[in-house]
Amino acid sequence: MRVVIGEDSVLLREGLVRLLDTSGFEVVAAAGEAETTLSKVEELQPDLVILDVRMPPSFTDEGLRAALVVRRQWPAIAVLVLSQYVEERYATELLSGHTSRVGYLLKDRVADVGEFLEALRRVAAGGTVLDPEVVSQLLLRRRSGPLDRLTKREQEVLALMAEGRSNLAIATALFITESAVGKHVNNIFTKLDLPPADSDHRRVLAVLQHLNERPK
Amino acid sequence: MGRQPATVTCRDRYLYGGGMQNGIRRAWDGTAHTVAGFPLAVVTGSLVLCAGLFAMVTVGHPVGKTYRNDILAVSRFCSVIQRSRFSALLGVELKLAPAASRRAAWRGVWYHVIAGFLISVIGFSLLVSLWSAAGAAVLLPVFNPPNGRMLGMRLSDPLPWSGLSIIAVLLGYAAAKLAIGLAALDVQAAQAMLQLSRAEELALRVQDLTESRADVVDAADAERRRIERDLHDGAQQRLVSLAMNLGMARATLTDVDPKAREAIEHAHDEAKQALTELRQLVRGLHPAVLEDRGLDAALSGIAARSPVKTRLNVDVPKRPSATVEAVAYFVISEALTNVAKHAQAKAVDIEVRRRGDLLLIEVRDDGRGGADPLAGTGLRGLAQRIRSVDGSWSVESPLGGPTVIRVELPCES
Repeated sequence: MRVVIGEDSVLLREGLVRLLDTSGFEVVAAAGEAETTLSKVEELQPDLVILDVRMPPSFTDEGLRAALVVRRQWPAIAVLVLSQYVEERYATELLSGHTSRVGYLLKDRVADVGEFLEALRRVAAGGTVLDPEVVSQLLLRRRSGPLDRLTKREQEVLALMAEGRSNLAIATALFITESAVGKHVNNIFTKLDLPPADSDHRRVLAVLQHLNERPK
Repeated sequence: MGRQPATVTCRDRYLYGGGMQNGIRRAWDGTAHTVAGFPLAVVTGSLVLCAGLFAMVTVGHPVGKTYRNDILAVSRFCSVIQRSRFSALLGVELKLAPAASRRAAWRGVWYHVIAGFLISVIGFSLLVSLWSAAGAAVLLPVFNPPNGRMLGMRLSDPLPWSGLSIIAVLLGYAAAKLAIGLAALDVQAAQAMLQLSRAEELALRVQDLTESRADVVDAADAERRRIERDLHDGAQQRLVSLAMNLGMARATLTDVDPKAREAIEHAHDEAKQALTELRQLVRGLHPAVLEDRGLDAALSGIAARSPVKTRLNVDVPKRPSATVEAVAYFVISEALTNVAKHAQAKAVDIEVRRRGDLLLIEVRDDGRGGADPLAGTGLRGLAQRIRSVDGSWSVESPLGGPTVIRVELPCES
């Protein structure tokens, strides 16, 4: 899998290159600026782009804006955005339009190498990966409403679902059986009035759409 | 010339000073002041008047406005000249009103054209008349032709001569008194018209303090942002890289001595923990998203991290200044910390609304109440932040709850 990396910290950029090169990915370019990263993406058409949110020159949200450009211009390229802090607002912007082939993770997650690589593969395969912190931020947006009707366990399942995990992965994370997860998922979809969805990423889409309806 | 040490206030000297010697000096100073004042007043008065006439004939024409400002500039120049007269001849140090105060500036114009002008011109004429009369009385007998007569008396006779001498002395005395009085009058007029009034001075001081305080608050804010950026670019990246390398070691070194493996796992966990702590600390300094996306985005972050279930409702269509946003953010952040620490609450409701020039914040929890604004450092810290931008706040916290904190922050429209 061909990857382009946009990360301004040299240390981390080289670390990522090393990690990906030894894990079966092929890093075709790594840049320290959003502009350069974009031109590399245009030139090399990789399968996946990893972008840091804060990059020169203004160190605010260049990476995020670059990610939006990639998603608009080359929808076939998967994008994973890394950030020192996850912010629900950035997630909403990133996911507006379509929610496949996109991920948004806290930089800290890089430390859990196995899970991080797994997340990369999931995004590249067309899935959605959201940091648990984003999900918890999205969950609180509703002032009051159907979410309050969910049990604590159902809320946990919903959070994991929004992260883009499969039933099996949710079952493993919560130490319950897969069929129990299935039951919870059905309950959630019923309580939230969501149309039934089969694939993992369509499930995320449905949940996110629901969560993103802003209370007025 | 009669310059006095700075500790003696000039007003006292001219209005209430006593004693023969002092009196002579005051008379001398006053005379010098009035004599110097006459040509000066003619020059300054005409200058300002000319500027005024220029402005008048150009009323309605675009350049009229510039001329109006030119009057003030000319008047200011004249005030500076007058100030040196007061200083050099009377020892009175005028504190001229700063050019920024337009009301005081126009008052200065009236001093040059009317008050100061009349005092100097009329005063000088009166003084000259008195002197001339006194001089005539003294010199009449001397220069009169021998045996010259007036009113049937020979002027060189002792009686008319002494009569004339007494008249001359009285006229001289009157001139001295008049000079003292004129100087005192001129000092009062100049102080009233060229200086700031007490109220204006205070108003200016308040404005000055408000601006300098805003600067201090902004500087503190900028400093937090700088530290946040330094940590973000430095320690945080290094730590992420370290944790990643340890993660790689953990994942690849599977066939090492269990002790070594345990050490690696331990180091990896520690690094991740440190990363989490540093991240929370750095975000607490100044959240970058506050600058990028405003209060709503930044607050949903802290609300999500709050251990107490938090509902957030932000309705701020027009963003306030960065400083007000930062105060609002930290006030809510601090309030949430307090709720988590002390309130034993199940839920918190946060409302942020913008109503005209006010940002209204309400934090309401369903905890046990009894919060005392004077007791904890947390609530005091809130008060300081709010006061720093002229905001106001109230805490309502009956025993048994609920606790409601309301904050109003003024924001420029």
